[in-house]
Amino acid sequence: MDFLNSLMDQLSTAYELLAAGWGLQLLWGIGWTLAVTAVSMMIGAMLGSLVAAAKLSQRGGLRFIGESYTTVFRGEPELLVIYLFYYGGTQILTGVARSTGSIGSTDILNMPSFLGGVLAVGIISGAYQAEVFRGSFLAIHRGELEAARAYGMSAWLRFRLVIMPQVLRLAVPGLGNVWQLTIKDSALISVTGVAELMLTANKAARSTHHSLLFYTVAGILYLVMTSISTPIFDKAERYTSRSFLRPK
Amino acid sequence: MDYNFYLSTMWSVLKALPLTLEIWFFGIAFGLIIATGLTWLRASGSKFGEYFTRAYVFVFRGSPLLVQLYLIYFGLSQFDFVRHSPILWPILRDPMYCTIVAMALNTAAYESEIFRGALRAVPVGQIEAAKAFGMSAFTRFRLVTLPIALRLALPAYSTEIILMTKATALASMVTIMEMMGTAQKIQHDTFRPIEVLTCAGVIYLLLNLSIARLFAWVEYLLSPHLRPAPEQSQQIKPVPEVL
Repeated sequence: MDFLNSLMDQLSTAYELLAAGWGLQLLWGIGWTLAVTAVSMMIGAMLGSLVAAAKLSQRGGLRFIGESYTTVFRGEPELLVIYLFYYGGTQILTGVARSTGSIGSTDILNMPSFLGGVLAVGIISGAYQAEVFRGSFLAIHRGELEAARAYGMSAWLRFRLVIMPQVLRLAVPGLGNVWQLTIKDSALISVTGVAELMLTANKAARSTHHSLLFYTVAGILYLVMTSISTPIFDKAERYTSRSFLRPK
Repeated sequence: MDYNFYLSTMWSVLKALPLTLEIWFFGIAFGLIIATGLTWLRASGSKFGEYFTRAYVFVFRGSPLLVQLYLIYFGLSQFDFVRHSPILWPILRDPMYCTIVAMALNTAAYESEIFRGALRAVPVGQIEAAKAFGMSAFTRFRLVTLPIALRLALPAYSTEIILMTKATALASMVTIMEMMGTAQKIQHDTFRPIEVLTCAGVIYLLLNLSIARLFAWVEYLLSPHLRPAPEQSQQIKPVPEVL
């Protein structure tokens, strides 16, 4: 019965600790996690569409750049990319600031932690989004592009009226997967010091010595975030593909 | 460019490669065992099996691996019965074992879904044909279902293995000095993160590219029926007269 006893102990202290202010901190942590994820997804969408275009390009050089981007950023550990942008950014900023004399020769100019983390996760997310966009583009029927060309549409018009609406529709399920991945990657941003959910749970666990409680709560909150996004993306998928649904 | 620094960093990080591979290998091996069990439980058709595997997959796929690792390493030791258990405590107090346990539990969730999909994708006609031949359930599984399902699962499985290579870097968060941990230490000592992390990045990339190559090769070996037929330059030999 040791197990039950210690479980009951944990539960009774759980309420006290969460009510004593850690609960509110964790809610702020969720807010930061969602902010980090959303900004990273936007950076990733911009980079991803450019990289997808490069991968689909006729030019060998552009294709090579696109391929290298997706291979490198899907093949490296996320932690390494985050360290590279955070500490690497600090290294570059410090170097520049020292040489211009705006800080002393022994001072350090830190990379802003939110910026460094968001850039790193955004770039990783961009590599996955590029694959999603590329797949959706390839799923567009060739005949539609030929028809648009036959109408004399310019490249921009073809992109705006034929390619983009369909890529967006076909990409929704894939983007849902990337969103989930990005939420989970955002937990690693805690190493840069952004007070998102993981770092808040860490702080709470270290200062109260109740690691089990706070990591369990953090795990549950991540589960809530990922499971809430599933029906939202399902709904978005139904909405964007409403003209393709079977009539009831 | 300071080539000596690059070389010495490369060498120090490479010396930690065996440890990374050790975590990687045991994580994958135990993960495969758990995933096989989960797939079997799910396919067994029992209600309990279905709910259990669904809940398992939901929990382990829906939360970050880092949370799972911290929960196992820092969290479970809060239980007195864990600290006093002669079996659990030696495992759960060691960061190395904890990383392997977390990785195995995590990858098992993804793998069991891959295997489930592969099993479902085995064409019904093949199984019907095997039944029509009078094969027993075991023979059918061994000769028809399993080979086809393995072949179908391979591409997704190789992706999962590459995700596992990336996941070994998290071991550095619980004080293990594998490649990422070593790179971190050199970076702190020298304050040259870009150079150090580039060296580590090159090694991780080469590792993943070789794993991808290896799986592509296995896939090639397993799918002779999907390759274009060799050119028929030689004349087809006449069927030898039997009589």
